[in-house]
Amino acid sequence: MIDPIPAVPHLEEGAGPGTAEELPDPEPAGDPVMSLQGVTVAFAGRKAVRDVSFDVHVGEITALIGPSGSGKTTLLRALNRMHDTVRTASVTGTVLLDGTDIYAPTTDPTLLRSRVGMVFQRPNPFPTMSIYENAVAGLRFNGVRKKALLDEAAESALVAAVLWDSVRDRLNAHASTLSGGEQQRLCIARALAVEPEVLLMDEPTSALDPIATKRIEELVGELKHRVTIIIVTHNMQQAMRVSDRCAFLLMGEDKAGELIEFGSTAKLFSEPSDPRTLDYVNGRFG
Amino acid sequence: MFPDGAYRGLLAVAGAVFVALVAWFVVSLIVQARPAFSTLGFSWIVQKVWDPGHGKYGLLPFILGTIETTAIALVFAVPIGLGTALALAYLVPHRLRAGLGTAVELLAAVPSVVYGLWGLIVLAPLFRDHVEPALTSVLGWTGLFSGPNEGVGLLLAGIILFVMVLPTMVAISRDVLAVVPVEQVEGAMALGATRWQVLRKVVVPGARTGLLGAFTLATGRALGETVAVALVIGNSPYVAHSVKSAAATLASLIVNNFGEATGTQLSVLFAAGLVLLVIGICVNALARVLVRNTARSGVTSVAVA
Repeated sequence: MIDPIPAVPHLEEGAGPGTAEELPDPEPAGDPVMSLQGVTVAFAGRKAVRDVSFDVHVGEITALIGPSGSGKTTLLRALNRMHDTVRTASVTGTVLLDGTDIYAPTTDPTLLRSRVGMVFQRPNPFPTMSIYENAVAGLRFNGVRKKALLDEAAESALVAAVLWDSVRDRLNAHASTLSGGEQQRLCIARALAVEPEVLLMDEPTSALDPIATKRIEELVGELKHRVTIIIVTHNMQQAMRVSDRCAFLLMGEDKAGELIEFGSTAKLFSEPSDPRTLDYVNGRFG
Repeated sequence: MFPDGAYRGLLAVAGAVFVALVAWFVVSLIVQARPAFSTLGFSWIVQKVWDPGHGKYGLLPFILGTIETTAIALVFAVPIGLGTALALAYLVPHRLRAGLGTAVELLAAVPSVVYGLWGLIVLAPLFRDHVEPALTSVLGWTGLFSGPNEGVGLLLAGIILFVMVLPTMVAISRDVLAVVPVEQVEGAMALGATRWQVLRKVVVPGARTGLLGAFTLATGRALGETVAVALVIGNSPYVAHSVKSAAATLASLIVNNFGEATGTQLSVLFAAGLVLLVIGICVNALARVLVRNTARSGVTSVAVA
């Protein structure tokens, strides 16, 4: 029934975190920075994602993969309480950030979101603000007023997002003057400036051309030294190139997304334990 | 069914009819006003004395009355209208929004004479006996509240105008605020912005082009409102020395005088209409300049007006 395992596609040199010889699935040391325990998201009583559990470790990139409708984005948005604004949405189960339940009544969602940043599918810099103002918008929301602090944070974040050199001379220009890829890097800089512990990225390259996509991917790889990343992608090559660990979701019979398999990216892509994962990573559906 | 050319022809006719009507209107206004300018010159427009019996047709009291009542209306309508619109677009629970929205649109449809009557019968005594004495004792030091408490006057006219333009202000502002892209709102939320910060730093700036449109329409309505103002302003042809003073506007001047006016005086009333038109055009132009200056700095993607 299952075809022989074909060669892993497009595993470029140095791109993947593991090779065929060593297929590590080690449990990283230390407590997870984020822990999902039986997370279920429903809209108007209809489940969109059911009972997802996995741990996210410091300094790693965790990719959420799966076909359209498998609930990747829905799950991601549960991790910084973006569903709070949706009247009909309910999140059950537990999401721990450094051991604290982010859905506890004592958790302030605005404070949480400054610790768990987010980058969206389409670049969404604030169109009424300059490049500089965009970069420091989060800090200003969080009450930082001192010009020196803001300047320093803006430069540091723009450097980290590999945008500084191209915008340093036009920080007061409007964000809309940047290209799509640059706008997305500005959005990444904007998120980094707040110094979050975890950065959620929701298909950050889906609106970009291949060259801009490549540069964002390279950037994501560099950022993992600075922030723990959870990235949603429907592009398996992207997941393979950038992530350390993968969560594979699939739409169940009642249209709710379910976690099929979670493990190191190397193992998931070459020796998955579930046949559905194998079919998906080999491009047989989705 | 129709060839393209037919549609183009239909649209061209519709456009031409509109342009012709506007041109006809403006030209007749000028033709009717011309005798006033040819017999009196131009300086009378900004003179203070209105005394038709002695051939004095100073329009200054009415120009000032028009601007002052409009300013009073906007001082209240802008913050309250914006606040109401934000609440309707973002804060009020969904199931209440439809009902409140309908109520706002209903208020916009009330004939102005009804607002005027309400102002005269209900508000005027209230202002005379309570509001004006209270304001005078608290704000009398500003000098704006000198003179007797009469109820009718600039302040009441301004307040009636405020009530009348508020629905316009709210309805349009709500619509332009509600279409600020959700990605912008979420982008701010994801950075740890509070709800208030999202509204103030992202939603309102994002909608500013459309908000200026709402402001312009409200201003136009306040400048030109006639019957309601004529009922509550006291109709005094003198420059007001206090917001409690009876006064008059260009529109109320016209409606109160055109019945008996003949000859030069009738022509002067048309000229007053022309002056009102010019004030309206100036406000419009000012708003356009403001819009262009802000739009250039990047709001085009959310412009709605």
